[in-house]
Amino acid sequence: MSALKRTPLYDIQRSLGARMVEFGGFELPVQYTSIRAEHRAVREAAGLFDASHMGQIEFEGSEAIAAADRLFSRSLVDLEPGRVRYGLLCNEKGGVVDDITCYRVAEASAFWCVNASNIEKDQRWILDRVASPIGVRNASDKTGLLALQGPASAAILAKLGSPDATALRRFRFARMEVSGRPALVSRTGYTGADGFEIYLSSGDLPQVFEALLDEGAPSGLLPAGLGARDTLRLEAALPLYGHELDDDTSPLAAGLERFLDLEGHRFVGADAIARDRDAGLESRLVGFALEERGVARAGSAVVLAGKTIGRVTSGGPSPTLGKSIGLAYVPAEVAQSGSGFQVVVRDRTLRARVVDTPFV
Amino acid sequence: MDFEIPDELYYTSDDEWVHAEDDFVTMGVTDFAQQQLGDIVYVELPTVGDQLESGAAFGVIESVKAVSDLSTPIAGEVAAINEELVDQPEIINEECYGAGWIIKIKPSDVEEIESLLDADSYRKIVSKRSV
Repeated sequence: MSALKRTPLYDIQRSLGARMVEFGGFELPVQYTSIRAEHRAVREAAGLFDASHMGQIEFEGSEAIAAADRLFSRSLVDLEPGRVRYGLLCNEKGGVVDDITCYRVAEASAFWCVNASNIEKDQRWILDRVASPIGVRNASDKTGLLALQGPASAAILAKLGSPDATALRRFRFARMEVSGRPALVSRTGYTGADGFEIYLSSGDLPQVFEALLDEGAPSGLLPAGLGARDTLRLEAALPLYGHELDDDTSPLAAGLERFLDLEGHRFVGADAIARDRDAGLESRLVGFALEERGVARAGSAVVLAGKTIGRVTSGGPSPTLGKSIGLAYVPAEVAQSGSGFQVVVRDRTLRARVVDTPFV
Repeated sequence: MDFEIPDELYYTSDDEWVHAEDDFVTMGVTDFAQQQLGDIVYVELPTVGDQLESGAAFGVIESVKAVSDLSTPIAGEVAAINEELVDQPEIINEECYGAGWIIKIKPSDVEEIESLLDADSYRKIVSKRSV
C-alpha cells in the first residue's frame, strides 16, 4: 500500500487534537472534539473543514474548454465567468465517472473540483477522450481548499477582510483576499448550509486556516472533520461518490436528472442516459428514516415481504433530527414518499419509511 | 490524550471494565473506548435472564461513525441491564465508569475474574495503542 498523503494542515490538526483517518488516499481528521458538536456548529454557527484532498483539474485555452464542455453533463460553454455548476462526468455506458463542480474562471479558463479518490481516474479518462492534452492540467497538489460552512460564515469572512464574500450569491465565485492571501472564494458547499469554499495556494493554507479559527471562535466556529462532513451531507441528501454513485450507476436512478443537459448538449454518455430514460428506471435512490431504534449503515439490505429488494448506500444518525436516516436504492414501485420497507441491521430487521429529501 | 483507568476495576483487552461485587459483576466500556468511539448514539442490550458464554457477544454499541461489539469475558446469567441507555446512550460518553454501566452478570464461576487484566496491565496496553 502506498503511503497516505497529508495536507499542509496536518500538524495544526494534530495539535488541535484531531483523530485522523484515511480518506481518498489522504490522512484527514475524522473529528476534533465530537462529530455531534461539529455538526451542530455548522447548523447553528460555522464549521471549518480542510478539503484540500479534493482535486482540481484546470482547462486553459479555447480548445481545452471545448473538450471539457463535451465531457461534462451540463454546458460549460454557456457558463458565465464567475459562476459554478455542479454536474457529472459520465462514461459511454451511462454510468458516473465522477461528480464535480465546474468553475468558469474566464472566457478561456475553467477548472473542475473533483473527488480525491477519483483524481487519477478522471485525469486518465479525460486524456483518453481529448484530441490534445495541451491546456489540461492537474493542479491538485498546489491547490489548498478550505470549506467554511454555516450561517455565520459570511460575517466571519467579512471580519477577515473579505467583505466582498457577503455579496456573492449561491454558485458564484470571485477572487479576493482572505486574511491578506489571494484566494478564489465560492459560495458553495457540501453541507446543506450557507457557506463558502475557499481555494488557496497550498502554502497559504496554515495561515488562513488559523486566522479563520481565531476570527470565527467568538461566533461559535469549530474546526470540523470528515465525520461531521458526512452527517451534514447525508442530512442534505447530497451524494457521495463510491456510495450513491459509481461507474455502473445511472445518474437518473440517483435522482440527478436536473444536472444532465440531455437536450441540446452533446456530452459523453448522453446517448446511453437518454436510452435508459426512455426504457424507464428499475430502481431509484430514496431517502428513508428508521421507525425503530438502531442505525442503518452503508451495505445494509433493504427487504420487503421477506425478499431483499435493495441496499443502503449511506446511513447514520441525523444529529439535527435525532433519528436514523439513510439513502437506499429500491425498486421504483416502492420509491414514493411514505412507502414502507425494512432494513436489516445485523440480526435485526428494522421498519423504515421513505421520506422526502433533503432530510432537513 | 488522557484516559481515566481506575485502579479498583478489572479490564479486558477489548476495552471493557469489570467490577466485582458480592453476587454479580458489573460491566461497561472504558474511557479509552468511549473516546475512540466518539458520540454514542445507540446501545443494543441483551435480555435479563440470557445465559452468556465466556467471550460471547451480547450487544452492540454504535457511535455516529462506528459500530463495536460488546462481549463478556465472564460466563453467567444477565442479572440486569442499564435501561437508561435505551433513551440516553450518551451517558456512556459522560460517565463510562458510573451511570454508563451496561450490564450486570451473575457469574457461573467467580474465579474467572482473576484471569482479567488489572489496571496497570490495561494501562500498558492502552499506552501502546494511543500513539
